[in-house]
Amino acid sequence: VVETFAALAEPNRFRIVELLRAGPRSVNDIGERLALNQPQVSKHLRVLKQAGLVDVEPRAQQRLYGLRAQPLRRLREWLERYRRLWDARFDELTELIDELKRKEMSDGRKKGR
Amino acid sequence: MVARKVADAPVNPTSMDLEGDRALVIARAFDAPARIVFEAWTRADLVRRWWAPRSHQVSVVSCEADVRVGGRFRYVMRKDGSRDDLAFSGEYREVTPWSRLVYTHVFEPAGGPPALVTVTFEERDGKTHLVAHELYPSAEVREAVLASGMEHGMRETLDQLEALVASLH
Repeated sequence: VVETFAALAEPNRFRIVELLRAGPRSVNDIGERLALNQPQVSKHLRVLKQAGLVDVEPRAQQRLYGLRAQPLRRLREWLERYRRLWDARFDELTELIDELKRKEMSDGRKKGR
Repeated sequence: MVARKVADAPVNPTSMDLEGDRALVIARAFDAPARIVFEAWTRADLVRRWWAPRSHQVSVVSCEADVRVGGRFRYVMRKDGSRDDLAFSGEYREVTPWSRLVYTHVFEPAGGPPALVTVTFEERDGKTHLVAHELYPSAEVREAVLASGMEHGMRETLDQLEALVASLH
């Protein structure tokens, strides 16, 4: 998964992955849409392919690059689980904060008397 | 670099974003003044009440915090049924009451260089918007932290997993 993170950390690679979410595209197509030259796109695609994020499929006269769901799915699973840990913490923190607020209000009333 | 929304369910108020390849940004709003949220975040006797969520089958063993620049904190939790202490500790670098904290943070069993955590408490319309920015020493360490979330005894139902997978498309 660290390969997934590393591959996605580069902004242009992230843009390529975002673009490919809509469906497979050719190198030229990707380059045109993201205003990158062909060698740049090929270089990024090579890294993405190594990280297992994209696959190539030959279609008619061209080679199309498409997303592979597996590594992204795992990344999202991990993130979601970590988010849930924090969410559970924050739920308990919210309860505590409500209690502190109530206490402060009742203390305030006592002082006001 | 732009923070990416990668895991943020609309029904759930805690957001978690990846930023660059080393940082994680966690955010949540609380219906209370910043003063109260800041106290609950820093005072050891209060931290012990929320740091180890019951729903994750963990409890706090000890909690100490000397909240001033150069002061240290150490929180220890234990998973139910386990004898291993899981200690998190660090040092305060910046303490601005009710608005901003900067501290180092290390998971002791893993060791290595610490993460740098910046927490901001911003009060707007009576609510406090808390943002915790965790900067890890490397992409690998951030990955390990995310992976460790899986060991906190969370029980996944098949439905949740399916919903997650569906959200990819």
